[in-house]
Amino acid sequence: MSAITLIEAITQALAWEMTHDPSVVVLGEDVGVNGGVFRATAGLQEKFGAGRVLDTPLDETMIAGLTVGLAAQGMKPVAESQFDGFVYPMVDHLICHAARLRYRTRGRMHCPMVLRVPWGGGIRAPEHHSEANESIFTNVPGLRVVMPSSPARAYGLLLAAIRDPDPVIFFEPKRIYRQYKEEVPDDGEALPLDVCYVLRDGTDLTLVTWGAQVKETLEAAEVLERDGISAEVIDVATLKPLDFGTIAESVARTGRCVIVHEAAKTAGFGAEIAARLAEESMYDLVAPVERVTGYDTHIPLFRLEMKYLPSVERIVAAAKRAMASS
Amino acid sequence: MSERSTSFQIPYIAWLDADGKPLSKDLPAVASNRARMVELFKTMLFTRVFDTKSIALQRTGKLGTYASCLGHEAAHVAIGAAMRPEDCLAPSYREYAAQFMRGVKPRDVLMYWGGDERGNDFSGPAHDFSWCVPISTQCLHAAGSALAFKLRKEPRVAVSICGDGGSSKSDFYAAINAAGAWKLPYVGVIVNNQWAISVPRTMQTGAPTLAQKGLAGGLACVQVDGNDLIAVLDVVEKAITRARAGEGGSVIEAVTYRLGDHTTADDARRYRGEEEVKAAWKREPMIRMRNWLTAQGWWSEVEETAWNEECGKQVDVEINAYLESKVQPVEAMFDYLHADMPADVAAQRAQAMAIDAARSAAAPRS
Repeated sequence: MSAITLIEAITQALAWEMTHDPSVVVLGEDVGVNGGVFRATAGLQEKFGAGRVLDTPLDETMIAGLTVGLAAQGMKPVAESQFDGFVYPMVDHLICHAARLRYRTRGRMHCPMVLRVPWGGGIRAPEHHSEANESIFTNVPGLRVVMPSSPARAYGLLLAAIRDPDPVIFFEPKRIYRQYKEEVPDDGEALPLDVCYVLRDGTDLTLVTWGAQVKETLEAAEVLERDGISAEVIDVATLKPLDFGTIAESVARTGRCVIVHEAAKTAGFGAEIAARLAEESMYDLVAPVERVTGYDTHIPLFRLEMKYLPSVERIVAAAKRAMASS
Repeated sequence: MSERSTSFQIPYIAWLDADGKPLSKDLPAVASNRARMVELFKTMLFTRVFDTKSIALQRTGKLGTYASCLGHEAAHVAIGAAMRPEDCLAPSYREYAAQFMRGVKPRDVLMYWGGDERGNDFSGPAHDFSWCVPISTQCLHAAGSALAFKLRKEPRVAVSICGDGGSSKSDFYAAINAAGAWKLPYVGVIVNNQWAISVPRTMQTGAPTLAQKGLAGGLACVQVDGNDLIAVLDVVEKAITRARAGEGGSVIEAVTYRLGDHTTADDARRYRGEEEVKAAWKREPMIRMRNWLTAQGWWSEVEETAWNEECGKQVDVEINAYLESKVQPVEAMFDYLHADMPADVAAQRAQAMAIDAARSAAAPRS
């Protein structure tokens, strides 16, 4: 066993599940011979053949619609949207059909599909390649929204997503695709969906985040530690359905919460967490909930993008504001 | 210079004229099967009775918005008749006759338009798609199903039905593109009824036929008189046979006319002239089939009167089954969202049930 990156963990999970479940097929643009633009499907077509790893014509609408058809007939398709900004033509099929098929047919049909979406900014990419659009999907009933933030969680959560009998949109934080390596046993062990992961225990405040922002948030916790502030860090991991219990339990102990996300602020998923805190944890809070987010603009082209993305400094500043009020 | 051109032809197939006279001596083999021809005509008649009664139900407030299939009976019956049970049908939302041929019951249709999801859990094949309102997305679901059949090497065919308006959607083009690229066992039928709500066929595209759109995907393309049961059955059966044999997909344009409003929420008098509709009634599908069957000595006015009466009774049984069905309990809106109910959904389910119970306690239903 060797240490692998997050992107390699994706490949490893796909290969495991394709080996053990013949109904799993991978489809998307350039996923075959080329192994995907990020190499997520590298070597899979060679290993499993063109009947399991399908290069599609260049049409996101087609990929989404075919995926619904495949899933409805008992396959377990894992489709790739090459980039986050290309997912919009797929939305009709995701919302009107994939997320609705079990519901509208009273369980006669269902849609066991995964849509993998390389997600987020910070890789100096061209326009439409850096979008943090996860909150759009959290408002869709019947759709699971999952985002790993480490190689081990990428492996375990992708396995769980493929095995889930309902549709999952699986956002992959591309900025940390190759950030670091860790040992990820290729044992086919899935991690649970629908739960938050506590990455760091703390007593003074709770930092809640997901995806690539886990990196800055953990760094901010280190900085705060040096200043004598003990920050708990929670990786939400499955945004929908939300495991609010883990967040509430943490806030009950710390009394303070800072939510960090890359997407624009207004109606970003942080708003949902803040609303739940207001509804269910109001009397545990000793300071206003803080949100550190992208601004309500489009993510700028890459010369400015790092000024858009939440930084360690902004997270630390928000945490200190929260600590100052009591 | 050197010049080379590639040319295509779109055949137009018709076997009976508007009055039911054969257009050539040798009708296709399907027409020689007396029992089948009579059976299919009877389903056409049944569908018209069902349609008439469904509209009346809506007008009397007993049904929600309903999409009539008046004038489409031949095309719809033929499509259903050409398919095997293991094939997959992905309809739009008015092809009831095709679904009846596959075991869907009128009560299922009524449940759907009557505001109850259980209509989608219909009596037809479990792998058939249900009604699809978003326009032509079903074409891609059929193509995806065809892809599944091909990958699993199953001799099954997926058939989608869309309208003339539906053939403008990107999903339709995507489906024919996918079907051509992978040589899928897919048959896309365009039931061209000339009107997409208020927008006429001429405004949908500059293409002289809708069938030719399939050429762009490398599919076999044919136009057929959609009011001619024999012609549609012949054409669709051939396309399905070809697809099943792994020889590739087809686009079939069945040319017909929407004799009714788009739905019961529409009033076609706002946008189309009476003359056009009057002329279309002379070409409608019942006349020619009735005349032809009668000329064969296979059908009579007496039989038709008796059958229509029987249809009325059968449809009434279906209507009563729909009207007498109990409304789903409030928790039904939560119970089919996921295989495993998330905690948040379970909490909202309990909340909705409590609200409903309190309401019932305050004002018990008689």
